Amino acid sequence: MSVLNPTIVLDQPAPAPAGVNYLTHTRGLRSWLLTIDHKRIGVMYLVSILAAFLLGGIFAILVRTELLGPAKTIVTADTYNQFFTLHGAIMIFLVIIPSIPAALGNFVLPIMLGAKDLAFPRVNLLSYYLYLLGALLAVVSIVSGSMDTGWTFYPPYAIDSAHARFGGVIPVLLGVFVLGFSSILTGLNFIVTIHKLRPPGMGWFRLPLFLWSLYATSVIQVLATPVLGVTVLLLILERALRFGVFHPGLGGDPLLYQHFFWFYSHPAVYIMILPAMGIISELVSVFSRKHIFGYHFIAFSSIAIAVFGFFVWGHHMFVSGQSPLVTVLFSLLTYSVSIPSAVKVFNWLATMHGGSISLRTPMLYALAFIFMFGIGGLTGLFLGALATDVHLHDTYFVVAHFHYTMMGGTLIAMLGGLHYWWPKITGRMYNETWGRVAFVLVFLGFNVTFFPQFIMGSRGMPRRYFNYPPEFTAFHQLSTLGAYLMAIGFVIIAGYLLHSLFRGRPAPGNPWGGATLEWQCSSPPPPDNFATQPVAGDPYDFRALEYDPGSGGYVMRPSAGARPAS
Amino acid sequence: MSAGPLAQVTTLPSVAPAGGSVWLPPRAEGAAAEIDAVFYFIYWVSVFFFVLIVVLMVYFVIRYRRRVESEQPRGGAAHNTRLEITWSVIPLILVVVMFYLGFRGYMDLVNPPAGAMDIQVLAQKWSWNFTYPNGHDDAELHLPAGRNARLVLTSNDVIHSFYVPAFRKKCDAVPGRYTYLWLRDLKPGEYLALCAEYCGTGHSDMLTRVQVHDPADFQKWLSEASDPFRTRSYAEVGRLLVARRCASCHSVDGRAGVGPTFKGLYGHPVRLQDGSTVTADENYLRDSILYPARQVVAGYGPVMPTFRGQLRDREITAIIEYLKELADHANR
Repeated sequence: MSVLNPTIVLDQPAPAPAGVNYLTHTRGLRSWLLTIDHKRIGVMYLVSILAAFLLGGIFAILVRTELLGPAKTIVTADTYNQFFTLHGAIMIFLVIIPSIPAALGNFVLPIMLGAKDLAFPRVNLLSYYLYLLGALLAVVSIVSGSMDTGWTFYPPYAIDSAHARFGGVIPVLLGVFVLGFSSILTGLNFIVTIHKLRPPGMGWFRLPLFLWSLYATSVIQVLATPVLGVTVLLLILERALRFGVFHPGLGGDPLLYQHFFWFYSHPAVYIMILPAMGIISELVSVFSRKHIFGYHFIAFSSIAIAVFGFFVWGHHMFVSGQSPLVTVLFSLLTYSVSIPSAVKVFNWLATMHGGSISLRTPMLYALAFIFMFGIGGLTGLFLGALATDVHLHDTYFVVAHFHYTMMGGTLIAMLGGLHYWWPKITGRMYNETWGRVAFVLVFLGFNVTFFPQFIMGSRGMPRRYFNYPPEFTAFHQLSTLGAYLMAIGFVIIAGYLLHSLFRGRPAPGNPWGGATLEWQCSSPPPPDNFATQPVAGDPYDFRALEYDPGSGGYVMRPSAGARPAS
Repeated sequence: MSAGPLAQVTTLPSVAPAGGSVWLPPRAEGAAAEIDAVFYFIYWVSVFFFVLIVVLMVYFVIRYRRRVESEQPRGGAAHNTRLEITWSVIPLILVVVMFYLGFRGYMDLVNPPAGAMDIQVLAQKWSWNFTYPNGHDDAELHLPAGRNARLVLTSNDVIHSFYVPAFRKKCDAVPGRYTYLWLRDLKPGEYLALCAEYCGTGHSDMLTRVQVHDPADFQKWLSEASDPFRTRSYAEVGRLLVARRCASCHSVDGRAGVGPTFKGLYGHPVRLQDGSTVTADENYLRDSILYPARQVVAGYGPVMPTFRGQLRDREITAIIEYLKELADHANR
């Protein structure tokens, strides 16, 4: 399968006439609020998600500060319960689930396909406003101060909650319901776009691996999210009209809720982690300047994770009283997910072997991902095994495992992707030195925060505890110290990224030497991405790229026109 | 511990006392050794793979670091199917072994032998209630070392989870159904039980003591505990009941908790949520125990569960006698 390299049209990412790019071609608030340009919608998502991340992060810091000592440190038990609920709900529903697909995916996906936009640009804008509406409903519950159920909303607690004002969990559940539609529509849009808008030369196995991962993610979003919608709707009805589905006092079954909830929420963790893995595949290959190792295995492992992920939800209920037979089957199925994850890690390492490895900030995040996702994945093995899970279930071991995969995994990959595509999105380079300094703080802070939680958990510290046995005090203080370190790291990141918007060096079209199509248009891209539809080659063949010291970026080697892309 | 069945109810044992390993607290139950063995099997497999991954990663970063920006790598294979199948199959075998070990341990956990002593466990916000075969109920779990025991759990309100780290076991207590947990080969001593499923304000104070006795001591404890009034005054029994049943929400030293303190309560005026004021006399206290939602004290939520059917009349009287004593102390 050899395709001629498309140098004819696109070898020189001719800098667009000054001032004409997607950021500047129209002006005014209206041109943003009503835009159907996927790039602008992606930027709006990015800003919204980062704002939500700030809010969720403030609650995280409050939670950690309260836990500096047993019993009351800064707030009462009820306030603490609201803090961890809001931290969880905001981070899951408003940050991690939409983070990579809706912000970075929206921006990059069509350009990677050489397309002008997503298949349904107006639906994309609708997705964004649904996200905004859902987020506002969630914020209502913050203002009303009545959410103390944990982000899982388990009945009967969520139905009876004594602290409820303004309908208790109803505003946030409505928010989750609306957010679900946003997620489904984005998923549909991505699926159709990947099917229909691929350029000439891009068969399924020329698709950048980030797009494979977004494709797998979209399939989960479309298939699993409706179940969540039905579930929260039933919970709303239960709460408002005493329906009798989940509340044992009304004749319902609380375990039914847990099955429904995890039928979505377990696949949802793959909605969160798959795009992250996709980003890591791009970063490892580009910054090792070497063809990704085992393309097919990585692509299929994304699909395998998406499929297997649907059959493991029962592992959230190993000690809930569900039947032992079901429990055993779920344990076996749970382990099926670990294989494709392990395969990806080995393939990334093999990609680095024999490469030319550049430790720019995005690559640092990719390496940190492998480190932390490694810990997160391996500790999942303890939780999949039934005998050990009975001890570790609902302890800090689970909290640590979850944060190692979701924060050490997804969020770190999101940061890697943000740094990687920042020059493309904004047209500016950030300060590399500050990037590395902040990385070190975030990496150290993260591990200091969450590693002690594994030990606390396996020694018997249950999660969601306001007060705790005094022998855990030192662990908690270490953990809080780590959280503060991380917070400083995030503030630095915000600082130099904002600084780069005004003072950053203008970015070349292809600062890292990437071979996917988004690096062939200027930074920032013109409103329509490409003047004519490009022809795609192998997205991981870097041989045709040449460093241009003048611009500080990469250009297509003039002689590379006839090189077959292998 | 021969100080009596109800002694020292206010100081709880440590959750993870000295001993054990870095990762796991000391063991006190028959299945725990096998569970720990599974833990350490997975642990060492994980350590091996993690070290392998990190060492390779660091080695590659150093060995293949980019020296000049224009550098082109020598390249290398873009795939190697045999290698990739190998590193899919080896983890597959390992996780099947892990599954099997976990499965074997679990089967041991869920199949109680015949003849185990049944203890009913009723969870409610935010206390535990254990009912023994002779009908005695108690806020602490007492077990004989020599005998298998089966806990039959349920809940009065929301979902709770009964967790004893030293036993390596936990089980949710779900309203409207029974769940089971069984224990064998217990080691005499005192252990801490915790609530592991989030249940609201007092979740992290829903702790209780688990005491494993030598078999003869257990019988002695049970007969003494079944009739605490035989050897104690009403106020003394009341003190013990308050410590076990009420103390997770109501302090006796003036500190505010989930509920108001008991110190200096009896005989004094109490402001209620609806603005009225009542005097905390015998009838008010009795009503508050049996119908807590009727007269909620100003500044507190209506979160107290009823103790109707759980405290006998004589026990309520004993609690009131103790509160009188507390009020006297406060006045002095």
